[in-house]
Amino acid sequence: MSKVHVKLKINGQEMEGLCEPRTLLVHFLRENLSLTGTHIGCETTHCGACTVDLNGKSVKSCTMLAVQAQGANVITIEGMANADGTMGALQEGFRQMHGLQCGYCTPGMIVRAHRLLQENPNPTEEEIRFGIAGNLCRCTGYQNIVKAIQHAAAKLRGEEFLEAAE
Amino acid sequence: MNDMSPNKAEREAKLEGMGCKRKRVEDARFTQGKGNYVDDIKLPGMLFGDFVRSPYAHARIKGINIKKAMKVPGVLAVLTSTELKGVNLAWMPTLAGDVQMVLADGKVLFQNQEVAFVVATDRYAAADGVEAVEVDYEALPVLVDPFKAMVKGAPLLREDIKDKTEGAHGKRKHYNHIFEWTVGDKDLTDAAFRKADVTIKELISYHRTHPSPLETCQAVASFDKIKGELTVWGTFQAPHVIRTVASLISTIPEHKIHVISPDVGGGFGNKVGAYPGYICAIVASIVTGKPVKWVEDRIENLTATSFARDYHMTAEIAATKEGKVQGLRVHVLADHGAFDACADPSKWPAGFFNIVTGSYDFPVAHVAVDGVYTNKAPGGVAYRCSFRVTEAAYCIERAMDILAQKLKMDPAELRMKNFIRREQFPYQSALGWEYDSGDYHTAMKQAMEKIDYQGLRAEQKRRQADFKAGKTREIMGIGVSFFTEIVGAGPSKNCDILGIAMFDSCEIRVHPTGSAIARVGTKSTGQGHETTWAQIIATEMGIPSADVMVEEGNTDTAPYGLGTYGSRSTPVAGAAIAMAARKIKAKAQMIAAYMLEVHEDDLQFDIDGFRVKGLPEKFKSMKEIAWAAYHSVPPGMEPGLEAVSYYDPPNMTYPFGAYFCVMDIDVDTGVYKIKRFYALDDCGTRINPMIIEGQVHGGLTEAFAIAMGQEIRYDAGGNVLTGSFMDFFMPTAVETPHWETDHTVTPSPHHPIGAKGVGESPNVGGVPAFSNAVNDAFGFLGSTHIQMPHDYWRNWEAAKSLGLVK
Repeated sequence: MSKVHVKLKINGQEMEGLCEPRTLLVHFLRENLSLTGTHIGCETTHCGACTVDLNGKSVKSCTMLAVQAQGANVITIEGMANADGTMGALQEGFRQMHGLQCGYCTPGMIVRAHRLLQENPNPTEEEIRFGIAGNLCRCTGYQNIVKAIQHAAAKLRGEEFLEAAE
Repeated sequence: MNDMSPNKAEREAKLEGMGCKRKRVEDARFTQGKGNYVDDIKLPGMLFGDFVRSPYAHARIKGINIKKAMKVPGVLAVLTSTELKGVNLAWMPTLAGDVQMVLADGKVLFQNQEVAFVVATDRYAAADGVEAVEVDYEALPVLVDPFKAMVKGAPLLREDIKDKTEGAHGKRKHYNHIFEWTVGDKDLTDAAFRKADVTIKELISYHRTHPSPLETCQAVASFDKIKGELTVWGTFQAPHVIRTVASLISTIPEHKIHVISPDVGGGFGNKVGAYPGYICAIVASIVTGKPVKWVEDRIENLTATSFARDYHMTAEIAATKEGKVQGLRVHVLADHGAFDACADPSKWPAGFFNIVTGSYDFPVAHVAVDGVYTNKAPGGVAYRCSFRVTEAAYCIERAMDILAQKLKMDPAELRMKNFIRREQFPYQSALGWEYDSGDYHTAMKQAMEKIDYQGLRAEQKRRQADFKAGKTREIMGIGVSFFTEIVGAGPSKNCDILGIAMFDSCEIRVHPTGSAIARVGTKSTGQGHETTWAQIIATEMGIPSADVMVEEGNTDTAPYGLGTYGSRSTPVAGAAIAMAARKIKAKAQMIAAYMLEVHEDDLQFDIDGFRVKGLPEKFKSMKEIAWAAYHSVPPGMEPGLEAVSYYDPPNMTYPFGAYFCVMDIDVDTGVYKIKRFYALDDCGTRINPMIIEGQVHGGLTEAFAIAMGQEIRYDAGGNVLTGSFMDFFMPTAVETPHWETDHTVTPSPHHPIGAKGVGESPNVGGVPAFSNAVNDAFGFLGSTHIQMPHDYWRNWEAAKSLGLVK
């Protein structure tokens, strides 16, 4: 099958690769560009492990072709750290509040939460739960993920989050 | 540092040892996308394998044509059972003493069974190749209902063993029968039933479901022809066992097989067994001379690898009219699917189902389990529970509620009346287990006070009256569950896997500068071992947990262990870790004595070093001792500071807990709302409370899923109806309730640090709490038992059958 040249901006960097037109975006990221932080959990758009941020929206990269992302501005988990290389607010929030266990859903969860907080910097617990309903986690029961996102939201607002992980 | 040493509390805090909510070391890589899972592995020239699977649940294979597939660009090979026969691998042994087809040999026995393995340059080409393989099937009659497996004229499933009257676990009664397993005293039990004031009997089914970790099963196999060495990276919960099995069924000696479990994205029992995908990836690598990757997709995972449960339990209790239990009788019809591939210790075809007497002092009991074949996927794994323990807990907890209802007694009160009392431990159960420790009354009382049980019952009474008066269409249920688990398999006297005793192991090496590496025979799939194992070492031998690196999953470097499942990591490996640390501490004491010029008996361990008794200023820290171990050991002593421990536990451990679920159900829609869920766990000594609570949240969420909707369903033709996350219930953050957690601490008397294990308790105790809440809600309207799972539709059906909905 003839290949297509796909060029896009990932985590602020211009990147490119050759792939078949049918290549899914998640495979392009993971295999062509070696960005393996984005995971595959179901291949049917249900689990959200493959969530990336594309032109300012959360997108499940297992249900999008790489060619559809031509020229797009993409953020993956590899782009969630602070500019100085330290852990970003969400990454730190997940660690502090024990918002992860096996770590498989975590990249998608953090990237989704990033967009959620961009849209709503001070979400209620209910808004967080609704906002991450497209991302499944099998380990945590979500309770500490909610706290992790609240922790990050507080930090990004310049406030202190006083609750502990449960 | 002697006189300048910081105070005790500061020194202890610096260790971050047992009991501390230490943040996880794993999280730095997982939160930054730097985990290393199997599908992340990329090797030069790596190929990709994919399966042709059967659309039929039962069919004869009349021919397989691979010609078109071989012409597909990128396809390099297609394996069928013919090729596998050449290397004697068309069939493989299962952990349960049966054999299983690797690739269909003559017929298929369940939908999505592996028929051929296409090897291509990448996953897209492999999928093209799968499409092009032509298989000629002749459909056969299908057996789905286990209750029809042993009737006369039932379809014959296993032609390979049709004349065998003896199986791995004794006599077979029918060609679709696998085993009958009995335990307990039948005569005494029958006598108790004859004398009883009150008896109950109910068929309590625990439906088929699936562990479905977010990462599916996967492997990369790489065979080096020159060295004759095989390396397999895989999603293995028990890498050493996989290495031994690989060596036993191939011609490759065990020292030339390297099995590596990298980061694993959840297991929950799904990743214990050996699957056709692993075998085919290995054979394909040998055949092609290239590394071969196999990655299951979600549909394959749900339909072909490792279902759980499918236990149909007829439970009977005999009791006095005052509610004292006198006897328990249970018959189980166990649907094992097409092959008996249950992942139990080898001598236990029904796992530890004989924990079914639960937390209650039954003087006599008898259990019989019949395993049967059906045209469904093989498996029978312990989905977040010790072997068949969740089935047993569900059975007894549901049966106790049914007894309470018959006696018109409060279910919590009935439980209190029959609990094994604290002074009865160690307690010998009627079905053969010796419970190590427990304090059930204290736990139950604490739980009932915390949730205001009496207040809830009063509220329920008011609302029942309102419902009967037509003021509301909502009913309220209070689910009570008090479970006792049996975990930590297990003692070599009764537990082995394929002949290997179920010990576990730890090797610790202390480096000259006082930091250390610990290698353990378990494999974390999210439990956080890299964090908690270091905490045990910190407390035991006084090296800060931050200075201990924990490594698991590489069979070349880790001592042999039986892996992580059945909550065995803490009870077995946790003990090995403590024992290895104590060996090091003992040597450190001798070195310290030499350094301080005293007899070693004159020293006492003090947080992070040794101090001379009565002379507190004379102190050597572990850091100083470690340095001395490499340059000035006492004359005659070997230098170095390391130890290995293989721990064979003297007994299992018996965690327990009291769970309560409060639920409202709208009878017109079947929609339920979980109003409260309270979980009190007693897992003995607590290593890291943060991780414990996290595991309880996760296990409760899985219990919620199972009880309230998660099911693998088949139609009459053996077609799987729940093959994706669209149909298979996976709770999101929206449906998942808020969890309230609590604890008591009753250490295990035989475990070096008193810990019992906790990861599976919430699943074991949670399922009956949810189900009892639903049944409790409907109970006052005349219902005795409603089968799980309790999704909206089934709740509505239940309401309809009670005449509540027109």
